[in-house]
Amino acid sequence: MGDTRLAAFAWEPMHCAAYGILLLPLLSFLINGLWLGRKSARASAWTATVLMGATAALSIIVASGYRDHILTAPHLFPARAALAFEHTWLDFSLGSGAVLSARLGFYLDPISVMMVLVISFISFLVNLYSIGYMKDDAGAGRFFPLLSFFSFTMLGLVVSSNLAQTFFFWELVGAASYLLIGFWYAKPSAVAASKKAFILTRLADAFFLMGLLAVGVNAGSFDFAHLNGPEAAAALNHSVGAGLVTFNLLSLGTLGIYMGAWGKSAMFPFHVWLPDAMEGPTPVSSLIHSATMVVAGVYLTARLYPLFSAAEYTLRVVECTGAFTAVFAAAIACAQTDLKRILAFSTLSQLGLMMSALGTGGGGEPGAAYTASMFHIFTHAFFKCLLFLSAGAVIHAIHSNDIREAGAGGLRKAMPRTYWATLIAVAAIAGIWPLSGFFSKEAILHAALANGRYGALAAGLCTGALTAFYMARYFFLIFHGSAVGSRAPHDSRATHAQEAHPVREGALMTLPILILAVPSALIGILGKGFFTGTVRLWGAEGGASAGVSESALPMRHASSGSWLPAVATVLALSGAGIAWYWYAFRKNGAAFPDRRAPAWYRILAEKFYIDEIYLFLAKRVASKWIAAPAEWTERNIVNGAFDWMTGAVKRLAFLQSIAQSGQVQAYIAVALLGIYLLFRFTGPGY
Amino acid sequence: MNLTACLLLSAALFSIGAYGLVTRRNMIAALMSLELMVNAALINFIAFARFGGTHAGQGDAQAGSLFALFAVAVTAAEMALALAIVVAVHRQRRHLDIRELDGLHG
Amino acid sequence: MQASCLLTLTWVMPLLSALALLAFPARSVAGVKRIALLANGINLALIAWLSAVFALHPPAAAPGSAETVLAFAADYAWFPAWHIRYHVGVDAISLAMMLLAAVVVFCATMASWNIQERNKEFFILLQVLAAGVFGSFIAFDLFAFFVFNELTLIPTYLLIGIFGSGRKEFAAMKLNLMLMGGSALILLGILGLYFESGIRSFDIIELSRIPFDKGFQLWAFPALFLGFAILGNMFPFHIWSPDGHASAPTAVSMFLAGVHMKLGSYGCLRIAMYLLPEGCRAWMDVFMALAAAGVVWGAVVAAKQKDLKYLNAYSSVSHCGLVFLGLAFLNTVGLRGAVMQMLAHGFITALVFCLIGMIYARTHTRLIPQMSGLTARMPFLAVSLVIAGFAALGLPGLAGFAAELNVFLGGFSAGSPLAVICSTLAVLSIVVTAVYVLRATNGILNGPGQTGADPAALTDAGWLEKIPVLILLACILAMGLMPGRLAALLDTALLPILNNLNR
Repeated sequence: MGDTRLAAFAWEPMHCAAYGILLLPLLSFLINGLWLGRKSARASAWTATVLMGATAALSIIVASGYRDHILTAPHLFPARAALAFEHTWLDFSLGSGAVLSARLGFYLDPISVMMVLVISFISFLVNLYSIGYMKDDAGAGRFFPLLSFFSFTMLGLVVSSNLAQTFFFWELVGAASYLLIGFWYAKPSAVAASKKAFILTRLADAFFLMGLLAVGVNAGSFDFAHLNGPEAAAALNHSVGAGLVTFNLLSLGTLGIYMGAWGKSAMFPFHVWLPDAMEGPTPVSSLIHSATMVVAGVYLTARLYPLFSAAEYTLRVVECTGAFTAVFAAAIACAQTDLKRILAFSTLSQLGLMMSALGTGGGGEPGAAYTASMFHIFTHAFFKCLLFLSAGAVIHAIHSNDIREAGAGGLRKAMPRTYWATLIAVAAIAGIWPLSGFFSKEAILHAALANGRYGALAAGLCTGALTAFYMARYFFLIFHGSAVGSRAPHDSRATHAQEAHPVREGALMTLPILILAVPSALIGILGKGFFTGTVRLWGAEGGASAGVSESALPMRHASSGSWLPAVATVLALSGAGIAWYWYAFRKNGAAFPDRRAPAWYRILAEKFYIDEIYLFLAKRVASKWIAAPAEWTERNIVNGAFDWMTGAVKRLAFLQSIAQSGQVQAYIAVALLGIYLLFRFTGPGY
Repeated sequence: MNLTACLLLSAALFSIGAYGLVTRRNMIAALMSLELMVNAALINFIAFARFGGTHAGQGDAQAGSLFALFAVAVTAAEMALALAIVVAVHRQRRHLDIRELDGLHG
Repeated sequence: MQASCLLTLTWVMPLLSALALLAFPARSVAGVKRIALLANGINLALIAWLSAVFALHPPAAAPGSAETVLAFAADYAWFPAWHIRYHVGVDAISLAMMLLAAVVVFCATMASWNIQERNKEFFILLQVLAAGVFGSFIAFDLFAFFVFNELTLIPTYLLIGIFGSGRKEFAAMKLNLMLMGGSALILLGILGLYFESGIRSFDIIELSRIPFDKGFQLWAFPALFLGFAILGNMFPFHIWSPDGHASAPTAVSMFLAGVHMKLGSYGCLRIAMYLLPEGCRAWMDVFMALAAAGVVWGAVVAAKQKDLKYLNAYSSVSHCGLVFLGLAFLNTVGLRGAVMQMLAHGFITALVFCLIGMIYARTHTRLIPQMSGLTARMPFLAVSLVIAGFAALGLPGLAGFAAELNVFLGGFSAGSPLAVICSTLAVLSIVVTAVYVLRATNGILNGPGQTGADPAALTDAGWLEKIPVLILLACILAMGLMPGRLAALLDTALLPILNNLNR
């Protein structure tokens, strides 16, 4: 795949729009952060929203411009990648004329254009929603600039033309999410969550950095156009190290890069930061979970997909982590009682699905796997954002995150629009035909089947059933729950809160919810053609160019797997049915009351105690057994060496000072003796 | 009276002075001993100026006497200073015992 | 006026202002600091102008040449009998250091605006210190370099010993003993160069032409390099710096960590590595391992510190370790990374010490557990501290990342297993950096509001305090966002050194 750069900058709509997509959110950040946010929170909210709306409009211009280019420029056709612009940030000369270049570019290919559209559109809606949500918050003036910055960094990430730029924005995404998760800085739990998210992703990023350096240095370029070509894979495919410690550089490098994605997309065991990240305001959670932050990991893996698919070992790791996380997180979600926490684990589970889909690509159908994963990112962004926004509306209404309190409030009547929107989203994520989730999940299952990855297929089916169960549970408990089975104090408090703050659906908060309901429902049918066409082809060729042959289209294989949708639907419906029976029909409340809970349920509710293990590792192992001894050594041994040396000098001086009696006459006697000795043993007579 | 006799006198004076300086506990006595040693050196100057060196033309009567005079003047100034110190020490310590004055002890 | 005179003016100016202050009545507290600020402001403008001129018309060396090309050079006989010359000039490396020094001195002057006691003496000593540093960076004669270098030690001692806090006498003594020890080694090396060269010269450019005997290089290089590395804060010779920084007044901490230490790493590059290439190649693995150990060690020890100043001092150990690591890779990217890291760390650590000083002035404590929720009371300082923290942990877009990336890339492209292992360790240590930076910023800025302190005292920075913070922030941002030009200029300046190393 050659570097198919577009013509030099011209005042074409598409070029300007490409710059605008990065500049407008940045402008919003600067204006609101430096000035407007302190003057008027409301003005800053509207400025941010309008600028983000403009960004969304510009992204449509870029998308249509890109489409026209593909159609009118035949030479672009095989590659399908183009650059809207590219500026050098820093060149590294590696000696003998080789230069590695870190650039700021705007890379256009089907998935980046898709992501730009999704991010700008969802950011706009979240901004709009936040105007209502943050209305009474004292820190609103701080909130909107940060939100714009978050969108800016994610946009910069997805349009990266090279790995260095990806890392650049990757870290900025992490920093932005850190600031937003810890937005309520006076709340210790929020502060702890933000720190946890940053440090855990940072740990993964350290490996990403090493991977990208190893790959960049050895392949001779950071550019995706080069890295995704066959030469790069060939250049990397050799062993390094010596003796027993030998690695294949291709596997090692791609694994390092995947580690970054692993952490950012919160795959097990890096997942612990994501559920805590909901300590931030709900709009932030909805952004993190749908369009920004977590999907960055999946996107990165997809971005380097041709290189990854040349590394069989790495793909297996991708598949296993993804599949395991999908089932693992879905199981945990079944036993949570916090609204946002349930959604957080469902995000983990869906991300696992996307990852495992990418990982299955090593077989006969690399294109199908790639397509399915991107398709699911796309649909997931809409319905997950919708879920969070409506959850936010519920939280805003009842002033609580607890699903047991929500159930007592009769919210179905008070918030009809939220009710229906949630229903659509829940059905979509559960994979009910004809909503969007059905199609993308089906594509993932098909890809796993077509590539012969039956483990991933089983994990996918299992996840589907669990997802339907816990999402139905979520839905029924909020809107069809009752006081029966939930604890009394909670009820009284909840109803009390509702009396104080009558439940209502603000127009600004409902509008984005209603808008999002449309794509959540329909984007599956509409997007199917796009994804099996444009995006699929890119993936197939990428795979082919990296040495993986492509056999056939996924839809052709559909005949052999025509039973799949039926099985998936039956599983989903039965999962939802159980939830209905248990929570809506029997009105069993949120869960087992604590006393009666069986051990397996408690393990699920406590999230397999992974957080406790981390806490142990951080507090005990890292702090007590590594840092504390190091600090002691520094104080007593390294610094002690200096003190010992000065002490030794002092002791020597003391020895010498014994001779200094202070008796002048003794000194004189010694001096005279010295003179005598001088004359006795020197001079002409000696 | 010849050079040898003068030098012997000087040596005797110097030895007495050195002995006194090392052994006397009273500061004034020690100073007097010191003065003896200086004067022993002065006698040497004068003796060499008077009798000349072992080689002809080496002895310079004028230079020798001049040095001696100069040294007397310097010694006088020195003594004034030393006595001032003695007075100061006496004022502070109420005694003049050198062995008690061991402030230089390490 | 000739540009070379301007270069000399950069160290004469602080000395002149120190003389002027000597004659100035001590009771005029405001006048004293205004004179100091004026002198440092002029100096900053002067160096900025010189840098602009240099950046527009950089002197070009022949591609294969191993001889540093100087701009604004001046060369006069000083003690002709011993071939000591007053030879000054700059290349991109030293000019970058000059700019760093000028910015930090200016900001440090503003940051010590509220010193009341003995403020005349304080500024006199600060100006002398600055003169020594400026002189060292432009000197291309080893003797002159040494004289300027020694000139910095006495004011440092007095500034910490008199104006410091805590165990200040001990810290000042420890610092000076260690640095004097380093100086002794440097002097040994310099005299060795002088006598071994065969031409009895102290001139760096002339000496760079001499192929020294290998046996000589093998002992002279470690002596020189270690001597400078002590000043440059290299593990395990860093122990003077935490105590020194913690006890020093704000301005001195800023200057010491921001600029003075860089003199050490600058000397390592300019003198030890440039003049003794064979010794350098033979010994570099040892120093590479020490540097990597320092990067990790500093970070891990910093993670356990409770005192903000100690924390930043250990963070400096870690970051200075990166400087030496970059130097040890002996390739363009690594060396460039080292110089950029000197700059980046200079700006960042000066900013952090500046902010710590301002926070201390309000809360009267530097202990992290005793502070909480300062964001609400002082948003400007909080935001600045967060940005400084992000820069320290290497967030892209800020100075630290631009430098670190070069260092890491230098390690990965050096082609030796040890280099890869060392840079792997260094990359992993950025996680620890994140831990201690976030622990500190979260601990003092976030959480419920500060208790125990007088709430009226917890005000945000005044405009006078904002200026140095904003200047340093601007430098950090500019270097992080647009490192391209700087990097290209540094490449040109590093070329002769590399050519000499590969000879």
